[in-house]
Amino acid sequence: MTPVWIAVIIAAVGTYLLKLAGMSLPESVLNHPTVRRIAHYLPIALLAALVAVQLVDGGGHWAVNWRTLVAVAAAIVLLLLKRGFLTVFLTAIAVCALLQFVPGP
Amino acid sequence: MTAVPNDSPGAELGGRGPVVRAAVGIGVYAGALGLSFGAVSAGAGLVFWQTMVLSLLMFSGASQFAFVGVAAAGGTPFAAIPAALLLGVRNAFYGVTLSEILPRGPLWKRLPTAHLVIDESTAMAVGQPRLPLQRLAFWSCGVAIFVLWNLGTLAGALIGASLDSTRFGLDAAGPAAFLALLWPGLTTMKARGVAVGGALVALVLIPIAPAGVPVLCAALVALVAGLSRRGERSSGEDPLDPTDTAEGVLP
Repeated sequence: MTPVWIAVIIAAVGTYLLKLAGMSLPESVLNHPTVRRIAHYLPIALLAALVAVQLVDGGGHWAVNWRTLVAVAAAIVLLLLKRGFLTVFLTAIAVCALLQFVPGP
Repeated sequence: MTAVPNDSPGAELGGRGPVVRAAVGIGVYAGALGLSFGAVSAGAGLVFWQTMVLSLLMFSGASQFAFVGVAAAGGTPFAAIPAALLLGVRNAFYGVTLSEILPRGPLWKRLPTAHLVIDESTAMAVGQPRLPLQRLAFWSCGVAIFVLWNLGTLAGALIGASLDSTRFGLDAAGPAAFLALLWPGLTTMKARGVAVGGALVALVLIPIAPAGVPVLCAALVALVAGLSRRGERSSGEDPLDPTDTAEGVLP
């Protein structure tokens, strides 16, 4: 077995065990009101952070892709107009793809 | 099947049909992203089956891209392990949240469920107003992404490193999807504060901390918010209750 294979398998099994660990906390812990509140806010904080990172992380430094920003701004406008998920999602992709034909500033 | 009424708040899906359609939509996006992952992984020098084992067994996009990124940078491949694991820690947090939504079975039943715990399936599930829809959202999104992500990886690994995902507008797909899925849940000032706070923490840490850490540190915002009861409404037990959204989703 080559070192790359060993690394692939350790990292893959480790990633899976992390997923399993979160689902395997004892019920007494999960039913605690504080844990329930934290569990409610965790995806909100993590996914919002993920959006921020996807928008401005250029690999360890801030970098902004204006096409992506415009596309996500369009998505926010549609969300404010209370459009459905697929409309918002597909519009953002379409705007970003179409902007590839526009020369950058 | 119920159609989404035009006045449904935010991007809340609100019915079985819309949930499944949204899951397939995200699955197609994941398939396209999987295509670019397969190509990047092949370009990084991983052999076909190593690339496939990552998508089949690791099945966590951010961790996989981090793994091949570090592996491609040269040096020992073992340096890629902590990079992948660091980005996978947030899945453990998602598992805690999903434990409230998914039926808690014996360990052998949790084994396949845990495999599908990723950003998208979690976001889809917590974005739904009621329990049956939350479960449907988790399973349909998880299965659709697993199948299409792996098919995409397969094609990408075979085609090779000549693909450029930015040309298909996919850069905006991730942020737009997560924003749209988060949106209906941001009904209270506190929830909005947690979202803004989490984003700010990650933003500040990007230039300072290694990949994966900025998003993880955003969990501290949820911790602080969860430790205090302030800002909770009386219906706090079910913050995604549809009656809550009558307050409006406009910030």
